[in-house]
Amino acid sequence: MQKDGPRPKKQILRLKLNGRWREDAVAENTLLIEYLRDTARLTGTKAGCDGGECGACTIIVDGKAVPSCIMLAIRCAGRSVETIEGLAAQGRLSRLQQAFHEKLGAQCGFCTPGMIMAADALLRHNPHPDASEIRTALSGNLCRCTGYVKIIESVQTAAGATP
Amino acid sequence: MRGEQPGDGRLRGVPLIDGVEKVTGRARYTADLEHADALVGRIFRSPISHGEIVRLDVTKARALDGVLAVVTGDDCPHTYGVLPVAMNEYPMARGRVRYRGEPIAAVAAIDAETAARALALIDFEARELPAYYTSDDARAPDAVLLHDNKPGNLEREVHHEFGDLTQGFAAADLVREDRLSCAEINHGQIEPHATLAEFDPLTGRLTVQSVSQVGYYLHLMLARCLELDTSRIRVIKPFIGGGFGARVEVLNFEIINALLARAGSGKVMMELTREETFLTHRARPQTDIKLKLGMRRDGKITACACEVVQRGGAYAGYGIVTILYAGALIQGLYDIPAIKYDGYRIYANLPPCGAMRGHGSVNTRHAFECLLDRMARELGLDPFAVRRANLLQAPTRTLNDLMVNSYGMAECLDQVEKASEWRARIGKMPRGKGLGMACSHYVSGAAKPIHWTGEPHAVVNVRLDFDGGITALTGAADIGQGSSTMVAIAVAETLGIALERVRVVSADTAITPKDNGAYSSRITFMVGNAAIDAARKLKAILAAAAAKKLDARPEDIDCTGETFHVSAGSQSQLSFADVAREALVDRGAITVTGSFTCPPEAQGGRHRGGAVGSTMGFSYAAQVVEVSIDEATAHVSVDKVWVALDCGRAINPLAVEGQIEGSVWMGMGQALSEETHYAEGLPVHASMLEYRIPTIAESPPIEVHIVESRDPNGPFGAKEASEGALAGFPPALVNAIANAIGVDLDALPATPDRIMQALVERRRAARLAAMRRAAS
Repeated sequence: MQKDGPRPKKQILRLKLNGRWREDAVAENTLLIEYLRDTARLTGTKAGCDGGECGACTIIVDGKAVPSCIMLAIRCAGRSVETIEGLAAQGRLSRLQQAFHEKLGAQCGFCTPGMIMAADALLRHNPHPDASEIRTALSGNLCRCTGYVKIIESVQTAAGATP
Repeated sequence: MRGEQPGDGRLRGVPLIDGVEKVTGRARYTADLEHADALVGRIFRSPISHGEIVRLDVTKARALDGVLAVVTGDDCPHTYGVLPVAMNEYPMARGRVRYRGEPIAAVAAIDAETAARALALIDFEARELPAYYTSDDARAPDAVLLHDNKPGNLEREVHHEFGDLTQGFAAADLVREDRLSCAEINHGQIEPHATLAEFDPLTGRLTVQSVSQVGYYLHLMLARCLELDTSRIRVIKPFIGGGFGARVEVLNFEIINALLARAGSGKVMMELTREETFLTHRARPQTDIKLKLGMRRDGKITACACEVVQRGGAYAGYGIVTILYAGALIQGLYDIPAIKYDGYRIYANLPPCGAMRGHGSVNTRHAFECLLDRMARELGLDPFAVRRANLLQAPTRTLNDLMVNSYGMAECLDQVEKASEWRARIGKMPRGKGLGMACSHYVSGAAKPIHWTGEPHAVVNVRLDFDGGITALTGAADIGQGSSTMVAIAVAETLGIALERVRVVSADTAITPKDNGAYSSRITFMVGNAAIDAARKLKAILAAAAAKKLDARPEDIDCTGETFHVSAGSQSQLSFADVAREALVDRGAITVTGSFTCPPEAQGGRHRGGAVGSTMGFSYAAQVVEVSIDEATAHVSVDKVWVALDCGRAINPLAVEGQIEGSVWMGMGQALSEETHYAEGLPVHASMLEYRIPTIAESPPIEVHIVESRDPNGPFGAKEASEGALAGFPPALVNAIANAIGVDLDALPATPDRIMQALVERRRAARLAAMRRAAS
């Protein structure tokens, strides 16, 4: 339970968010997901559990997929943070977004941003994963709607598409 | 107007119309709604399982700086619930708590830290009462009653008998009775519960945006609990991160948060933790089933006697419907000449159960399909042959007066038998590998709605205005299943226009027509039919306008590809925009209303509870599951699933496939790993780590076959596709395990510890038998 006491100190956090540098005053105990959702107002990143269990909050930090709900925002100082909002550029869906849309990789859509970010990180270092590699890379991302069949198809379709 | 060819395939298999929002992160779910100016709502929950409240003092919490509202059971003396006959629950406990985690009070504060501090300042004291965590304990003769008017802690008992049971069992060559049990499970939708309420004290109006599958129920219960006129309330459904039945009932936090918004004269956001989302529960109950079947040598079922005991939790919720479904839906799948059903819904000191995908039918179906296989084995029959020996002939009515109008069961069986190469492989697989199969079915919406008002079962409005856009307005909640897309397709195909011209506005009680909501797979059948009805009415108006311009008779006008033309001979054509403009000249903006009603003969039998299970169309499914089992660790892996589902007609095959895959897989979760655990009423499963939803790593390929039996009453011939296949998975898995290692499991889920236990018992039995042989 929270104790009465002084509020946590704030720091100036400078990071590159979806390709743009920005600065915000952020409390030391602010989680990255809170910073993204409440400060940067990027609500595409979802909280589906009480910490580190479901993968819905997956984002990419310096090229690697991480759960933003168990990482402090200030740990991202000077780093590059990418969220689902950064993927569609110049009015075009990314190939993963396009594939998840067309192949029905998203049903309710709540796990989708985290799923796509985890898949994006996978395709960056392994552009042509087989089904087993996709299963391993996405094993930290729970989906309750699809049974994952069309998620695997979506990632395979995106991997086959020209970027 | 002529030439209408609904469902001609032109628009079949399309992505969801709201899919782009979902893949870009733009889709706003409840927690994503703007709430920087909102207070934070938090709930104080019971630390004990059962007791009388001796003291509840919120003075200190209320006095804390930054706290704007505190509410308790005193602030709402009204019960709420989904069934008018069984509302025995207050949003916050009054006088007594009946499960650990039951809401007692709530606070609204300027931020989460302040709200948490306020909760810690609430002074609560209770006189503890004995608590019961199993059906047996709750039913014990000396057990304290959870509800004074429910002797034996029995919420509802059901006794139904159809046909001549004695004669049926006498005609059997084999009679077998088994006891099976299924653990309690949870929906586990990925979006935790959340609700945003705004009360304007100046106008007395309340707006609630919430995760509800049935905004209309929530609207009614808010009015009841807050004593507000229904006309002063608006309920809006944002994007919803999965339902599966979790959000069919009005949920306590939705009412509590509205009470906070009123007490605090403003806007309150309440986001439940995952643990609280599990506590809110309303899912599939722990169930004990005693099933006795009679079977002739050729596999024909002669009689069925089934007893079901459901541990329903502390309050009624949907319980009466669940225990009725568990018996009613024994029927409708096979031809059974005599059926006896005894159902018991029990109160226990645990979070209330409710509706979950396959509502009521799943656990009984599990027992039934397991027993069919065991009896087939005893009689030396193939599992497919046993099912084929008991098929219905549509159209027909079951013993309990359920309509069966279309029946693709035989084709489902053929398809999965062939696709899985069953005949070539069954009985010839190496030890540790096996195949199992099972069938299942589900309703396309309840033909008799829970709130019987005499209104149509579904109403859809379709608008046309100066912009030439077609707007379909429906109260039906798209919860990810693609129902808004289905409505758009139904309208576009009926009108002969591009899907992109149609937008769907859904689930806002200020704008959209009332809808009974997203449950019992009713939307495609009922709302789909209403959408087609509305579109036909608009089409008649457009045809009249086109006829006027083309100097033809309206009945000769056709529209295809957004072009109106006179069918025979004439070359003259009109664009959709021209015709729309012409139609508006006479009447201005057009709104037409379409509706759908299930006729009385579809609404079930006259016996008590006979409306439950009634539907205009059952979906049918068969599936084969292939497993591998490591006998050293008792670990089961599912290698592949073949499933065929008769959905009448696939209006959107892509979405139908997705629904079938998802429902089969959800059945797999229940079969393999999912179960709740309580330690003295404390839910120890209440996280995504402890509650074992299958990950992508252990999820098999699912090969889907769509069977189209063309239901005579379905929209374009369609029936439901989202629930019917679920119930087949658990028995197909247990049958496959029996096939692989010769062990019949009587309890779900089939976790390694249960399988190991069964293997150990089998070895012990074999040793004892050997010792006895040696001794004699």
